[in-house]
Amino acid sequence: MNMQKKQLMPKWFYQMASPKWCYKITGKLLPLFSCTGLALLLLGTVWALLYAPEDYQQGNSFRIIYIHVPSAILAQSIYVTMALAGAVGIIWKMKIADMVAYACAPVGASMAFLALITGAIWGKPTWGSWWVWDARLTSMLILLFLYFGVMALYAAMGKPSRAARATAILSLVGLVNIPIIKYSVEWWNTLHQPATFSLTEKPAMPVQMWLPLLVMVLGFYCFFATAMMLRLRNEILSREKRTNWVKELVTKV
Amino acid sequence: MMRVFWAELSRDLLLAFRHKGDFLNPLIFFLMVAVLFPLGVSPAADFLAQIAPGVLWVSALLATLLSLDNLFKSDFDDGTLEQLLLSPESTYMIALAKACAHWITTGLPLALMAPLLAVMLFLPAQAIVTLVISLLIGTATLSLVGAIASALTVGLKKGGVLISLLVIPLYIPVLIFGASAVQSAVDGLPVTAYLAILGAMFALSLVLAPFAIAASLRVSVSS
Amino acid sequence: MAVLLLEVKDLYCERDDKVLFENLSFQLQQGTVLHLGGSNGSGKTSLLRILCGLYHDYEGQIEFFGQKIDDELAYYHSSLLYFGHQVSVKLGLTALENLTWYARIQPQLDASLISKALTEVGLAGYEQVLCQNLSAGQRRRVNLARLYMQKTTDVSHSLWILDEPFTAIDKQGVAALEQHISAFSASGGTVILTTHQQLELNSKIQRLNLDDWGTK
Repeated sequence: MNMQKKQLMPKWFYQMASPKWCYKITGKLLPLFSCTGLALLLLGTVWALLYAPEDYQQGNSFRIIYIHVPSAILAQSIYVTMALAGAVGIIWKMKIADMVAYACAPVGASMAFLALITGAIWGKPTWGSWWVWDARLTSMLILLFLYFGVMALYAAMGKPSRAARATAILSLVGLVNIPIIKYSVEWWNTLHQPATFSLTEKPAMPVQMWLPLLVMVLGFYCFFATAMMLRLRNEILSREKRTNWVKELVTKV
Repeated sequence: MMRVFWAELSRDLLLAFRHKGDFLNPLIFFLMVAVLFPLGVSPAADFLAQIAPGVLWVSALLATLLSLDNLFKSDFDDGTLEQLLLSPESTYMIALAKACAHWITTGLPLALMAPLLAVMLFLPAQAIVTLVISLLIGTATLSLVGAIASALTVGLKKGGVLISLLVIPLYIPVLIFGASAVQSAVDGLPVTAYLAILGAMFALSLVLAPFAIAASLRVSVSS
Repeated sequence: MAVLLLEVKDLYCERDDKVLFENLSFQLQQGTVLHLGGSNGSGKTSLLRILCGLYHDYEGQIEFFGQKIDDELAYYHSSLLYFGHQVSVKLGLTALENLTWYARIQPQLDASLISKALTEVGLAGYEQVLCQNLSAGQRRRVNLARLYMQKTTDVSHSLWILDEPFTAIDKQGVAALEQHISAFSASGGTVILTTHQQLELNSKIQRLNLDDWGTK
């Protein structure tokens, strides 16, 4: 009924709404993303550790950047993905979008956690202490808190459809707040070196250094896609367990 | 549209007036937290003067946080919350009225009580006006943003701790600029920029938060 | 001539992995009383909350005068009075203050009828008493007084949804309320209610038993 009334979005958008179709298509995409991701991560790691040049100030310790930066980028991207998926879930009442948002949260939280841990490890040789109240580390910590809030609310809510709407509202409020938090924390204190990657300026690093970083970032994205799709497929099966297609799928195996 | 705003606001204020405990508790809490610092850290006047802006702001923030749990709870429990959502009038105005009543019963008295604590913590006199103004604007934002978390958790049995988890990250910008405004006033620097940013955050939350509050209430009532 | 007020199409709702009802469809004409039956846990309250637009976890459609209720929610709510399980009055306010507040947030209620309504529900003289000092039955009566405040201008568009309205009400109270419901439906108003009591109304009563619609 809804589809007949408002065909605002392309056809695939509505097909996505069908859990069965989504399960099928992610099944096809999964090997693609997992293989590409694995290849990129291997290539990036080897390149970064063996072939990229040493930093003239920090020596070899800077190489942790190849994990720190991708995980920090991912932590932010995943939050945006989660909030937008939540918004789609609310506006178009799309169950799959709710499940995507649900699948994103723990992956994003672990990325934020990884960024913080690697930041701390990197901080020890660079600043001489495990933790420095530096602007970007602090924003990352707050981002981790935002993830915790979303996950705790999800756990407390019980019924998935309600939990999905509640967490979607919360993550949208968080999304509006992220730039404000980032700005205020940056303004509050800045010790960190300037941003490694910027979309508008040419990177300050030599090509041999940032090219492997780019490979690692892409590898991390593929890893996220893989992890998210695995969680999503799991979630689809458990929520659609009473439908015939899931029963057939399970009995076939 | 304004009629429902006033109806809700006057009802909440009347109820708060009859249950004075509800709005005295955060005030006493504010006082007690601020007293803990000299006892726990150091009573030296120059040291206290140095940390006073931060201590006062953190205590006010925690006191607001404490009062959030009750914001929608009693209305949810006795069923008047669902009657509010069945009103054909704008839910936006209802949400705004609830947040407004919350500010009048917590943020406003906190800001008015702050000079007393400021004197006890040896905050330099020239910063007291800034302290009150920053608290007036800042706590209004805290009420609006906090009401979202309160609305999200109102249907849950153990909402209290969860509210803190949801809301503290969102409160950080207000804390930073509020405390910085007072610090600047202590140092004799201009404070208008900070107050302007606090005002901008208030304006943004004034426009957007009621939508989120209303949507959250609909989710919470639908259980 | 009977006009279609509410139409429910293919409603499906499940709760805790139990199907409360599926393919539930019915129509409600102006001036009828729908008596909703079913054992405990059969989903009566859930259905009423769905019909009010308070509960959203369902599939299917509900139309009020041919329009989906979610599309015209404000219009729908301006025609609706709902009585839930809870007392729905503030204990810290007096009967008069509670009803004045209701008249302001629900414009289908007429504030000038408050004292008459309180007399009708047997609370004359209790206007200024805080509801916390009233008995459980009296508190419910304060809430029920809203039924006597319904503006008379547009009765044929009005819908009352009453969840166990007779709980904690004494015999005379029940009789008076039944009489009021009969009068309301006679003037074109529509009522959906649940009760375990025998209904004694001289209205057109339609019955629906939810036990027939869910999984056993």
